[in-house]
Amino acid sequence: MNFDINKIRNNFPILKETIYNKPLVYFDNAATTQKPQVVLDKLMEVYTKYNANIHRGVHFMSNKATTETENARIIIQQFLNAPNPHEVIFTRGATEGINLVAQSFGEQFVHHGDEIIVSEMEHHSNLVPWQLMAEKRGANLIKWPFTEAGELELPILGKLITSKTRLIAVTHVSNSLGTINPVKEIIELAHQHNVPVLIDGAQAVQHLAVNVQKLDCDFYVFSGHKIYGPTGIGVVYGKEKWLNQMPPYQGGGEMIESVSFEKTTFNQLPYKFEAGTPNYVDTIALAEAIKYVTDLGIENIASYENELLDYGQTKLASIPGLEIVGNARNKASVISFNIKGLHPFDVGMILDKMGIAVRTGTHCTEPVMQHFGISGTVRASFAFYNNKHEIDELYKGLLKVVELFE
Amino acid sequence: MSELNKRQDTVIEEFSVFTDWMDKYSYLIDLGKELPPVSEEAKSDQTLIKGCQSKVWLDAELVDGKIKFNADSDAIITKGIIALLVRVMSDLSPEEIMNADLYFIDKIGLHENLSPTRSNGLSSMVKQIKMYALAYHTKLNG
Repeated sequence: MNFDINKIRNNFPILKETIYNKPLVYFDNAATTQKPQVVLDKLMEVYTKYNANIHRGVHFMSNKATTETENARIIIQQFLNAPNPHEVIFTRGATEGINLVAQSFGEQFVHHGDEIIVSEMEHHSNLVPWQLMAEKRGANLIKWPFTEAGELELPILGKLITSKTRLIAVTHVSNSLGTINPVKEIIELAHQHNVPVLIDGAQAVQHLAVNVQKLDCDFYVFSGHKIYGPTGIGVVYGKEKWLNQMPPYQGGGEMIESVSFEKTTFNQLPYKFEAGTPNYVDTIALAEAIKYVTDLGIENIASYENELLDYGQTKLASIPGLEIVGNARNKASVISFNIKGLHPFDVGMILDKMGIAVRTGTHCTEPVMQHFGISGTVRASFAFYNNKHEIDELYKGLLKVVELFE
Repeated sequence: MSELNKRQDTVIEEFSVFTDWMDKYSYLIDLGKELPPVSEEAKSDQTLIKGCQSKVWLDAELVDGKIKFNADSDAIITKGIIALLVRVMSDLSPEEIMNADLYFIDKIGLHENLSPTRSNGLSSMVKQIKMYALAYHTKLNG
C-alpha cells in the first residue's frame, strides 16, 4: 500500500513536540485530531489575504471569501455524496448539529406521547439534546441497549419501533467502545416503518467512507476538528424534504429574507439554519482538511488504521490484568481498557509523564460505563499518523505503570 | 515557627531527595496505599468532593478544639496527594487551617506536575479543608 507514514508525519508539525523531554505519543485522536500544515496554512491565508465578512459584501475580498466558503460547502457535499450543496449546513460542531435537529425537528414533528429511540452507547451529545427536546414536547426517550460485546442488535430495535416512534438517533462509531454500527441496516429497518434516522458521524468520517445517499440517512452530523480540521466548525447534512419543513433554529442575520416589525420571512436552505456571521474561516480550512484526507484516500486510511488497531489490541491484551472494554467484531481504531486494580486516572497520569497522551474517564458516555459497572476507562485512539513504534511505547509505558503500582 | 510550617518544611525536605518524577510518584503511590481507608458510611455524597476525575471523600471531626481529617479516594495517586494534605493540615485549630498559607504544594512541584483537571482537584481539596475549618470556627465562636 502506498502509505508513506514518515512523509505523512512530517505534514503534522505538532508531532515533533516533546513532552517532559520525551517524544510526544498522541493517542487522544478520538477527542481531537492534529492539523496538517496545509490546514494551518489555509487559516493563515484567509486571515492574511482575503478576510472579509461573507455574502452581501460588494467588495473583492468579501466576494472571494464568499466563493471559498461556498466551494467548501460543495467539497463537503461531494465528500458525503449529498445530493445538493444546500443540504449541507454549517454549525459549530456535531453537538450543535444534533441540537439543531433535535430542537427544530422536534418542534415540527414531535408531540405529546411520541417516542424517540436513542442507543445506549451514545455520546452525551447525542443523548442530552433528545432528552431536553422530549421533556419540552412531552415525548418519551426509548433506550436501545447494546450487548456485552458492545454491539447494537437489529432485532432489538425492531421491537422498540412503534407507531409513536418519530426518530432514531444513533452513532455511526462509538467514541468509547470503538464499535462501528450497522447504520445502513438500521436505516433500512427504520424506513420500513417510515421513521427517519439521525446518524452521529463525529467518530466515523475520519475513519471510513460515508455516502449519505447510499446510507439513505435523513440526517448526518460531524465535527471538523475530529477530521484534521479546525475547532468550532461542524456539519449537518439533512434531506431537503425534512429541512424545508423544519422551523429555523436561531434567528439573526443571514437567515432572513426580509424583516419588518410585523413579519419576518426566512431565507432559503441552507441559510435558514445559519444565523449570524458564519465561521467562514474555519469552514474554508475544514474543506482543506477534507481535501487532505480525500487525497490520502479514506480506504487507505481505514486499512492502515485497522492494522494499527489489530496490532494494538494484540499487544495490549498481552499485558496481565488488562481488559479491553468494547469487543465488537467491527471496530474503528479505538481501544478502551482497564487494568485490574488500577483507576484509569492513575494509569493516564503516569502515561502522561512518559509523553503518552491518552484519555481517561467516562468519555462523555456515562450510560456505557453504567452498563459495564465501571467508573471509566483508559482510551487510546489512533489516527493514520500514528505508527506501531508508538504502540510499542504505550505497551512499555503500561508495563511500567503496572510495575509502579504493584 | 508554627506547627503547620514545620510540617510543610518536613514534606519539602522529603521531596527534595527525589531527582526524577518516577521517584516522586512512587512516593505518592506509597502514601496513597498507606492512608487508612475511610469507612463506607463516611463515603457519602456529603463528603464527596466534586471537580476531580477520580472520587475524593473528605470527612472531618472536631477533637479538643482541633480538626481531624479523614480522606479517601478511588485513585491511588489522588489518595497520595490527599494523604499529604491531611498530614499537613490535620490536628490544627480551625483558625490555623483557615489562615494557612500552603507553600509546600508549589515547592514540591505538585502544581506544576499536575494537569489542570488534576490541579482543580487539588484546589477543590484545599478549598474543602478550609470550608470545614470555617464551619467549625463559626460553630465554636458562633
